[in-house]
Amino acid sequence: MDYKLLIALLIPLFGTLGVMYKGDNENLREGISCVASLLLLCVVGSMVPQVLAGKTLVFHMFTILPGVTVTLRADAMSMIFAIVASSLWTIAVFYSMGYMRSLQEHAQTRFNACFALAIFGSIGVAFSDNLFTMYLFYEIVSICTYPLVAHHQDEEGYNGARKYIVYLTTTAKAFLLPAMILIYVLTGTLDFASNISTGIFPAGVNSVLVTMLYVFCLFGFAKNGVMPFHHWLPGAMVAPTPVSALLHAVAVVKVGVFCTTRVMLYTFGTDTMHALNLGIPTAYFVGITVLVASIIALSKDNLKARLAYSTISQLSYIIMGVALLTDPGIQGGLIHIVNHAFAKITLFFCAGAIYVVTRKKHISEMEGLGKAMPFTFGAFAIASLSMIGAPPVGGFITKWNLLIGSVEAHQLGILLILIASTMLNAAYFAPITYKAFFGKRPAGETDTGIKEAPLAMLIPILIACTITVLLGIFPNFMLQFVKAVTG
Amino acid sequence: MDQLLMNSGFPILSALIFLPLIGAFVLLCIKNEAMCRNIALITTSLVGLLSIRLLFGFDTSTSKFQFVEHRSWIEAFNINYTLGIDGISILLVLLTTFIMPFCVLASWSYIKTRIQAFMICLLIMETAMIGVFVALDFVLFYVLWEAMLIPMYMLIGIWGGPRKIYASIKFFLYTLSGSILLLVGIIWLYTVNDHSFFIPDMMWQDYSLTSQIYLFVAFFLAFAIKVPMFPFHTWLPAAHVEAPTAGSVILASVLLKMGTYGFLRFALPITPEATVVLGPYVLWLSIAGIIYGGLTALAQSDMKKLIAYSSVGHMGFVTLGIFVLNVDGVEGAILQMINHGITTGALFLCVGMIYERTHSRELDSAAGIGKYMPVYITFLAFFSLSSFGFPGTNSFVGEFMILAGAFELSISQNQFPYLALAAIPGAVLAAAYMLRMLQKIIWGGANNPDQSWLTDINTREIITLAPFLFFVFWIGLGPQPFLNLIHTSVADLLQHFDIHQIKAVAATGAILQ
Repeated sequence: MDYKLLIALLIPLFGTLGVMYKGDNENLREGISCVASLLLLCVVGSMVPQVLAGKTLVFHMFTILPGVTVTLRADAMSMIFAIVASSLWTIAVFYSMGYMRSLQEHAQTRFNACFALAIFGSIGVAFSDNLFTMYLFYEIVSICTYPLVAHHQDEEGYNGARKYIVYLTTTAKAFLLPAMILIYVLTGTLDFASNISTGIFPAGVNSVLVTMLYVFCLFGFAKNGVMPFHHWLPGAMVAPTPVSALLHAVAVVKVGVFCTTRVMLYTFGTDTMHALNLGIPTAYFVGITVLVASIIALSKDNLKARLAYSTISQLSYIIMGVALLTDPGIQGGLIHIVNHAFAKITLFFCAGAIYVVTRKKHISEMEGLGKAMPFTFGAFAIASLSMIGAPPVGGFITKWNLLIGSVEAHQLGILLILIASTMLNAAYFAPITYKAFFGKRPAGETDTGIKEAPLAMLIPILIACTITVLLGIFPNFMLQFVKAVTG
Repeated sequence: MDQLLMNSGFPILSALIFLPLIGAFVLLCIKNEAMCRNIALITTSLVGLLSIRLLFGFDTSTSKFQFVEHRSWIEAFNINYTLGIDGISILLVLLTTFIMPFCVLASWSYIKTRIQAFMICLLIMETAMIGVFVALDFVLFYVLWEAMLIPMYMLIGIWGGPRKIYASIKFFLYTLSGSILLLVGIIWLYTVNDHSFFIPDMMWQDYSLTSQIYLFVAFFLAFAIKVPMFPFHTWLPAAHVEAPTAGSVILASVLLKMGTYGFLRFALPITPEATVVLGPYVLWLSIAGIIYGGLTALAQSDMKKLIAYSSVGHMGFVTLGIFVLNVDGVEGAILQMINHGITTGALFLCVGMIYERTHSRELDSAAGIGKYMPVYITFLAFFSLSSFGFPGTNSFVGEFMILAGAFELSISQNQFPYLALAAIPGAVLAAAYMLRMLQKIIWGGANNPDQSWLTDINTREIITLAPFLFFVFWIGLGPQPFLNLIHTSVADLLQHFDIHQIKAVAATGAILQ
């Protein structure tokens, strides 16, 4: 029984309670959020040496039925996501303080409480030891982020939030629930395997059913943004920017892809996926999402909408890499969970900073702003390099591994998709930075009043941006977890 | 009588039955309204506490009837006063005794007229309900089964809403017409069973398939109306909407369970071959109920109607679990009966609390109260999550087991699992209508009525709801103690089916030839 896991899970929960209890005192409330996020980071950090030494931490909580338990575990794969979630929570807490206060947003207590609850769910997903625990926390994340998406409580907010919750709960109930029960009926357990190759299905299980289960799991975790169940994500753009940032970098979409890849590797296993030939078709299928979402992103003038479609496209890289079922492919996919998280949160933070300072949402209005906000747009430029996959930032490590993975899997088509999407990424990100620094202000707009974002926002932006660069220059820290996954 | 196990000198089941009746008699002599409330609360609480005693003497290793009491009643017809419980009924008895004190509490300020009569009705109701679950003599069972109708009829007809007369008569006629056929069945069984009304004697006998099918149809009509299964459900929304809070809670938590209990106690053991032959049709009827209940609930603007239709869907899951005839399915069904009793009972209590404040059950008039009643909303949110089977809550475990049972059925027959997959849209719909209701009540929209005058729930109301929440999470996260109670009886019930299944398949083959 490793109580560290329980402590890590409970910190955000108690953070939520503290925030709700001290809701009327603004400073104390946000102090609690900060302390909780830092504590979580420390606890997760303290697990790193044990996990790197090859140990798997396990904490059993409840037994629902024989083979269906609520159990936490920390292995290399869960650490990838736990590190991302805990460190980004810390950064996001500081950023949202600056953002929400600058805009004098309403219902900040609810906002902070739900924020912490979403992290509670994400940490639970990261540390889940079986499909049931994962489903439990996955659903908690869905429910807790609803008030965040509907934060503005206007027509637009409710519509976006309705779409959000309808997509996520419907897919979870319609696909995930039967898949989970059928897996239980077929195997007698929902526990994940201890390595990525064997899976949990005994020999001789009906292959039609297993294939059906696989498809159900791919679509059931709709938070992964795989088309055609991706519409909730642009709809959720109505939320305040820190929420979008958190949603896109950690709490929601990463929960989706983490669950998908976890189930692919630890429930089905590479052996089963090879035997039933599930990997390569999946890679091509999500390849469609990669390309289509990039093309849609090109057409969006709203910065957040463009980032949203970029997220949809980037998430499918992760699934595509894992679906290649080669070691570099899986490594490239999983490391992208980290690289994309830090780069995308930087981008969203920048979008939020631009909005707070200038109230501008559209890319076409941002021409020439780079001179007034050099740090913000500088960070934006670096983070978009990571999205494109250029050295020396994190995204390059992903692309490198994915390219090797596709070559090793002898999939020329995947290679072409990767190259095409890189060009598309460049096409929709590069002009934003270019125009910001070298474009001209729209006629009639004068220079007055536009300065760099407040420090409370700028510092988190710069930290996230720095980490993005560090992930490219020193990739080994995160790569060691990824390599431990593939063995 | 080797099906019986006497394990206690103290006649606890009789005590549970007669204690509320004694309370009702005491109430007859009291005029003071405050005293009436207190006595009713004390009586129901005493019954509740006394019933906990059942857990301590209950032997989970046997499927025999326990705490048995046997006395001669009408010797001329060999009618006896025989009581006993087994794994199938123990949780239902406990559910009944658990619910009743909260029904009294929920009526504390809700009922303003004829309090004495109201409390008497509640207590007589409790006697009849406990009696139905513990009776082992068919006549005793039938008498108590019918006896439930009268106080319920009065609860709706006197203290109900605007259309109370219509609703109460509809309720009465529906359930009565169903039970007439039950009576015919009982008398037929009496004649072929050496003039005995002893229920365990009637089980697992070699009745011919034709007579089993007739009997099954009689049972089915009586119990399907009570459940209520689609398409026999139309009395339910009317009764729920018009009934006072306590009436709705009793109706949802206990009365609906009588039907499914009847299937388990009578239809399965007395007509096993007919069950196997006709079971598949009941399964698809259950699916129809699940989908229909979900779709209709989604369209409601009246909170009570919404929950009433959701009950049709949830009870569809229960009948689905019963007729898949495997351990997961039947255990899940029994657990789901308890879950539905707890969750839906609590939801009706919640709606009652709003109704007491706004005098409206419309969703629109309750829109946006989240801001002003945060404690209330927290309870409501958890019960709603439980109602649509959120993982970690009680209903999830029940649904999980029932669907697992449905999958097992298909896999054991080497079929594609159409049946279980057909029930899944019901689970989706449940999430849809519950979240829609929650969204409306917590936030509403741009045109919320002014709710700022509302006061949050008081201590009495918190005490009423808190125990329900406790069970939502206990069963949701640690259902094993509950499953242990029912496991042996269910396993024993189903073990007979392995034999009967083969016979029935052979018999249908013969009929077809």
